[in-house]
Amino acid sequence: MTRKQRRLILIGGSLGVLAIAVALVLSALKDSIVFFNSPSDIVEKHLGPGARIRIGGLVKDGSLKRSENLNVRFDVTDGSHDIAVKYQGIVPDLFREGQGVVAEGKLGPDGTFLADTVLAKHDERYMPKEVVDALKKSGRWQEGANAAAPGAASGGKTP
Amino acid sequence: MIPELGHYALVLALALGLVQSIAPLIGSLRRDAALMRLGTSTALMQFAFVALSFAALTECYVTSDFSVATVYENSHSMMPLIYKFTSVWGNHEGSMLLWVLILSLFGASVAAFGGNLPATLKANVLAVQSWIAVSFYLFILLTSNPFLRLAQPPLEGRDLNPILQDIGLAVHPPLLYLGYVGFSIAFSFAVAALIEGRIDAAWARWVRPWTLAAWMFLTVGIAMGSYWAYYELGWGGFWFWDPVENASLMPWLAGTALLHSAVVMEKRNALKIWTILLAILAFSLSLIGTFLVRSGVLTSVHTFASDPRRGVFILGILVLFIGGGLTLFAWRAPMLKQGGLFAPVSREGALVFNNLFLTTACLTVFVGTLYPLALEAMTGEKISVGAPFFNLTFAPLFIPLLFAMPFGPLLAWKRGDILGVAQRLMAAFAIGIIGVAVTFAAMGMGSVWAPFGIGLALYVMLGSLTDLAERTGLFRMPFAIVRARTFGLPRSVWGTAMAHFGMAVTLLGIVSASTWGEERIVALKPSQSVSLSGYDLTFDGMRQHAGPNFRELASKFTVREGGSLIGTMEPSKRTFASRSTSTTEAALMTRGVSQLYLSLGDVNDDGSVAIRVYFKPLVLLIWLGAVVMAFGGALSLTDRRLRIGAPKPAAKSGKPALQPAG
Repeated sequence: MTRKQRRLILIGGSLGVLAIAVALVLSALKDSIVFFNSPSDIVEKHLGPGARIRIGGLVKDGSLKRSENLNVRFDVTDGSHDIAVKYQGIVPDLFREGQGVVAEGKLGPDGTFLADTVLAKHDERYMPKEVVDALKKSGRWQEGANAAAPGAASGGKTP
Repeated sequence: MIPELGHYALVLALALGLVQSIAPLIGSLRRDAALMRLGTSTALMQFAFVALSFAALTECYVTSDFSVATVYENSHSMMPLIYKFTSVWGNHEGSMLLWVLILSLFGASVAAFGGNLPATLKANVLAVQSWIAVSFYLFILLTSNPFLRLAQPPLEGRDLNPILQDIGLAVHPPLLYLGYVGFSIAFSFAVAALIEGRIDAAWARWVRPWTLAAWMFLTVGIAMGSYWAYYELGWGGFWFWDPVENASLMPWLAGTALLHSAVVMEKRNALKIWTILLAILAFSLSLIGTFLVRSGVLTSVHTFASDPRRGVFILGILVLFIGGGLTLFAWRAPMLKQGGLFAPVSREGALVFNNLFLTTACLTVFVGTLYPLALEAMTGEKISVGAPFFNLTFAPLFIPLLFAMPFGPLLAWKRGDILGVAQRLMAAFAIGIIGVAVTFAAMGMGSVWAPFGIGLALYVMLGSLTDLAERTGLFRMPFAIVRARTFGLPRSVWGTAMAHFGMAVTLLGIVSASTWGEERIVALKPSQSVSLSGYDLTFDGMRQHAGPNFRELASKFTVREGGSLIGTMEPSKRTFASRSTSTTEAALMTRGVSQLYLSLGDVNDDGSVAIRVYFKPLVLLIWLGAVVMAFGGALSLTDRRLRIGAPKPAAKSGKPALQPAG
């Protein structure tokens, strides 16, 4: 075999593998990605039941209800619209009313969101906005100071 | 005084870095030995000053000096001492300081141990290394100063993020950074070679130990991060395909490819241009990883927007080094001489196969990680790409790679005999097929993937050992010869076999834990029980007690196997007043290499507590495999061939020849 032929085999093989990879990526991107929506998006886009999506917003104050068999119901709000969410299981440590939450699952026929995964923010340093503003005014607020270390976020269930 | 000292030391390191960026380069152009040697001294001094700066910051944390903003933000006077140390890098500013500390450590190591490098190569490598250092010193000093003082020092700090208050923070980030940053050496060598326009097999022999060391650290660092996430987050998962994890996986994949292509270059003087490109890519991916994690673009898009300077600055560094590196490559690489010829079926061919699949797999991870960011930037549409995507793209590319793994070391250089190798792998094939059959029979008509995965893992395990058996003449030769050959084998051969074996061990753990793992989520009242995988867990009760900077709600569970008591598990929930937040401390019970995993959910009004209990068969193999892999790397690193400066057989006096720092 000449150098040229060998190089052709090499390039041909590489392109072949690359083509397979591209095909895999494209087909996976078509089937396995999940779109993120705010409650307003869901209302405005008239999303139908069935499709797997993520919704995110704040857990509405006073909406959290727990019942038998670890069933949890709560509303996710973005200020203008609310979506009722149903979930069975254990919610994360940082899940609480008034805090940010992301849920993954499907919309039910009655418009309730049936979540199979509930994620709360990973870095919890929650502060009322007035405190943040006050700190900013006093120059104490360190932007990004609460960014987690790489280890913190690894395995991070952070949206 | 101490913080100012640290700040000043960092500024001095920057000044030294600037000198080192230019002087050795001019020296190598003018063949001025004195200027070239200057780089050696500045590299050592840079490390000394960065270490001083790091020590100063550590001092601030240990003494809880809350007049320093980052200490106030991330520490608490009541925190145990170990966490006061680790919280130095448990935040953005401090972790960047750790980054440059390790960067300057590697630079100093080249200066100290690179005595036998050609003077011009060493000078250029140190100069390039210093360019990287300077840009990160500037990044820290201009956008993320860890020594910033507060005008009115608060009395108490705001505590470290409770999730980080764990021994994992002491281990995982430093190891990961040693890996990430270690690839900077490969990058500097590559750029230096491109500047000189000359590259040979010796170059690969110098680069390989550094790459190997970085790869080892990265392997263990990723594994430790995975284990930490597994027990700390309470989800029982070991890998989430989270962008932050992918950010560390990509340099690992590229680094693994680099290790293998450097072998070809060293032994056969081939694949030179490709190896240079991989060296640039491996570090570029480390930089991209740093950018993804450090800029805040991932944790929250808002952090990026609200402090654009940091993100933009790292992006600038990224563009400069990746763009610059690749441009230099495009310009100079065609001038490099072509290397040796080889047939497609040969050791070289197998290593090219390895490289092809590793880089392609890396590409799919890259797309899966960055596509959501790109899409959001362009269309505003938010998507998440999770495990299903990677199972459909990454896994199919990794399977052929694993299948080919035992073939590589058995193939001859230049021209191999694939049928002969397949014949020698017969035993491995047989074990693999038996594994598939037994698993399939045991599982019934269930998943096809699990038996296949088990079979593949067993085949790779035995296949990796086949090379050792072949070389030592095991089962063919008399015992004395086998023993002599066993000790005579180059350590790199042992290293290869162990690393490949470790990969299969990890695979076995992944397949087993994800296929046969059991999970129960129930609410229990005291004295109620839950059964799972032959274990009975009885809830005994809960009690409150106080830790140094938290209150703990500890529960106690008695575990029985087949009626007989085997121990207790005490998962707990900790509440940290300073951050008004809580963490779940899962309880683990190790049974062989399997684990019972128990974490607490909410306590209900009726006195019952929600628990999540898992049985994870063979789960520890996932991380043990990584340790075996790294150990293989360490064995290979002690191979005589890689002990630079030992061209002649090691002297009997036993005086260690110059070794690369590892």
